[in-house]
Amino acid sequence: MADFQKKLLDIRDLTVQFDTDSGVVHAVNHLNMQLEEGKALGFVGETGAGKTTTALAILQLIQSPPGEITSGEIWFKGQNVREMTEAELRNMRGREIAMIFQDPMTSLNPIMTVEEQIMEMISLHSDLKGSEVRERALEMMRLVGIRPERAKDYPHQFSGGMRQRVGIAIALACKPSLLIADEPTTALDVTIQAQVLELIKDLQKQVKTSMLLITHDLGIVAETCDSVAIMYAGHLVEYADIQHLYGNPLHPYTQGLFNAVPDLESPITEKLAVIQGLPPDPTNLPRGCSFSPRCPYAQAECLEKPCGMREIEPGHFIDCYFPHQYEGGSRA
Amino acid sequence: MLLKKNSMLRLTLVRLRRNHLAMIGLAVVLTLIFVAVFADYIAPFKYSRQHLRETLQAPNAKYLLGTDEFGRDVLSRLIYGARVSLQVGLVAVSISLFVGGSLGAVAGFYGGKLDNLIMRLMDVQLAVPSTLLAIAIAAALGPGLFNLMIAVGISSVPRFARLLRASVLSVKEMEFVEAARAMGASDFRIIVLHILPNCCAPLIVQATLSVANAILSSASLSFIGLGIQPPYPEWGGMLSSARDYLRSSPYLSMFPGIAIVVTIIALNFIGDGLRDALDPKQKR
Amino acid sequence: MTGTIEKTDSIVEIKHLKKYFHVSGGKLHAVDDVTLSIPRGKTLGLVGESGCGKSTLGRVVIGLISATGGEIFFNGKDSLKYGPAERAQFRKHAQIVFQDPFSSLNPRMTVSQLIAEPMVINRAYSHRSELDHKVKKLMDTVGLAERLINSFPHELDGGRRQRIGIARALALDPEFIVLDEPVSALDVCIQAQILNLLGELKKERGYTYLFISHNLSVVRYVSDEIAVMYLGQVVEKADNLRLFQDPVHPYTQALLSAIPVARLNRKKGRILLEGDVPSPVNPPPGCRFAGRCAYRQDVCMKQTPELREIEPSHLVACHFARNLRPHA
Repeated sequence: MADFQKKLLDIRDLTVQFDTDSGVVHAVNHLNMQLEEGKALGFVGETGAGKTTTALAILQLIQSPPGEITSGEIWFKGQNVREMTEAELRNMRGREIAMIFQDPMTSLNPIMTVEEQIMEMISLHSDLKGSEVRERALEMMRLVGIRPERAKDYPHQFSGGMRQRVGIAIALACKPSLLIADEPTTALDVTIQAQVLELIKDLQKQVKTSMLLITHDLGIVAETCDSVAIMYAGHLVEYADIQHLYGNPLHPYTQGLFNAVPDLESPITEKLAVIQGLPPDPTNLPRGCSFSPRCPYAQAECLEKPCGMREIEPGHFIDCYFPHQYEGGSRA
Repeated sequence: MLLKKNSMLRLTLVRLRRNHLAMIGLAVVLTLIFVAVFADYIAPFKYSRQHLRETLQAPNAKYLLGTDEFGRDVLSRLIYGARVSLQVGLVAVSISLFVGGSLGAVAGFYGGKLDNLIMRLMDVQLAVPSTLLAIAIAAALGPGLFNLMIAVGISSVPRFARLLRASVLSVKEMEFVEAARAMGASDFRIIVLHILPNCCAPLIVQATLSVANAILSSASLSFIGLGIQPPYPEWGGMLSSARDYLRSSPYLSMFPGIAIVVTIIALNFIGDGLRDALDPKQKR
Repeated sequence: MTGTIEKTDSIVEIKHLKKYFHVSGGKLHAVDDVTLSIPRGKTLGLVGESGCGKSTLGRVVIGLISATGGEIFFNGKDSLKYGPAERAQFRKHAQIVFQDPFSSLNPRMTVSQLIAEPMVINRAYSHRSELDHKVKKLMDTVGLAERLINSFPHELDGGRRQRIGIARALALDPEFIVLDEPVSALDVCIQAQILNLLGELKKERGYTYLFISHNLSVVRYVSDEIAVMYLGQVVEKADNLRLFQDPVHPYTQALLSAIPVARLNRKKGRILLEGDVPSPVNPPPGCRFAGRCAYRQDVCMKQTPELREIEPSHLVACHFARNLRPHA
């Protein structure tokens, strides 16, 4: 990771656990990850990989009980989030770090107009007062493409894509340093998704916000992000800038992800190359590498002890003893 | 068959066991059931046996909870009273459940005019306060245990009808019902095998709480002289006759009162515990 | 009516199918004059975004929803005119797999009961042991371990649950299966496993699939032919290669360009559509897509274009189909 560039977010050895009926769920395990100012990081993984949990940990929103951060530090702009007071945290949320959620229907308040909701964010977290608040709200709406006549409409009067735009307006209203977008387009139709992604990309550059984009879709990451982190069973397995990751994916799981997605521009093969089996039980993770039970290249060492992240080429890190060249070819 | 490993029932019981209040409630109710069933062996005296030379005695060694104005042992009458209360509770709720439930299920499943008809009938009944209705029915049918059960049972029918209709309406829309239709399942099969078993949760909770209600209703009715007739003991009836002796022999009203309160609370604990245990959103 | 069904080249021929719903605002044109045919042993992919009517179409074809108008010829006979005996026979030939692997399985039934149910309802077995044997065989076919036979759906993950749904659909040994978004609710890796399974089954047993999905990448992988729907109508139909190489309808072009590709420096530029999908309630006259189309002319707002063959096996519903070609 480039040391000379300012690190906006620095997660060190983060471990999050949940105490449930069926045992202790190891949601995030010794995660080390950084985000530089002004950049967008794609945080990729399937269900249960620990992406949303990490986002909530950054905001210190893990419900405790049953969740608990058992180790690690989260440095945001030089301050350890875990040591912040409740007042400091409240100040940080919304003003410094804002979040866009997956389902725009449930993340908006149904009984407030959209204008009111944007204004609420502005009054809470900026120094603007009076009519300036409304002016800024209208400016945000214009920025995200909502006509000013619709300012006094309620969320249910908008379509999914429009609601997500409202969510984006709220999130960016106070020009936060970090935007966390949790699967922002998963619930939207493809053509709407395209519109919203373009919008997020443009605004991110305009407002100069850094972004943590959580998604399972490698296509979205290719379009919007500068670097990628691949999560599996609460572990970071590969991290690189997009040129390296798409040009030379090395971790078997990453390669498996590329294979599993039938891609519009790849040739159609008779069968998709699948990764056999299922993700591990989070209450009972394997002793060695968490991916080893399913890995086609696993050796004895892999089952014994996890490797740990190592830099395989400048800027490209993987958690694997025996990386193999990707047979699917470069996608860069 | 019922306790299949990992079935929903078993999971529910496991969760219920963690709720201490519910367990206390369950212990109380089970004790009550035991006492009611084996009343003949547990009660020291027969409930109608009068000891005319030992009337209105405060609790002592021979009569553990004292005697009433006819010299009858309060403890024994309390024990037999448990039998009546439980009978009324269970039978009355069974009536409401079966009648109300069927009406609600049919209304919810078929919808349209049938739904309208049934629900408007339920609305008509709900317009009359349920206690008043129970009184009217009991008065019309005449005294007696059986008539009491019917009166209390009928007054709770609309509550179950509405509950089941709501459950059926939501379960009806689930994809597995569509899947059953795609396979060619008959309406009957769909209602009985697919819809009803998935409506159990709110029903069980309501049924438990209704038993408490039924016991209270029967006590109220007996208090005003309808329902069970003397000398057969019923807690409400005992409370009623104790009114004349409130100052002189307070224990006569205290013990039946405590019995009623404890039973109702125990049943409510169980009902609340069941509601939490059956709630799929509970994490622990 | 003996109720037997004989085979023809096109296993399903849909002609001018209409399905309208009465809603508070007026009439919802969920499926509006759709004509399609599905050749035997092939997969027809049906794509479109939410509200285009593809799921409704699938359900009408399988007989779960009634049709408002039109005909559906199944092996030569109009299935919309079936009597009860024919309908019972039809179920043995046509089945459906649903999208949500949780809500499509009764949570109170075991795997064994769920898979056996179609056979129980249709009395497709002679004694108990035969039923058990068939259930085990089906589980094996779809890759479910036998030890799961008495498990409940909530104990299993999405992929396994979907396998149960597939086993259930195969229980009566149909020849035609409607798959309504069968992998949309699954994680990418499991999705790939299920797609492979469906492919194998089709290859071994010659099933015909109607594969409904909003995900064009997935549809491209499984389909022989693809039909694109927009607001209740089919706007383009072509065989797989042709549709992706040479999409003609402006909506198809926009749809294809909108899909994020897991590749840097992708080849084609992106077409961004303006606005939202209009409401299918009381649709205006003319082409449904005109409001968002970059090429619209006057005639588009007045006359609804017909689905016409512009080259063999490539149909497009656009007044300017012959003039439009995708940009390189």
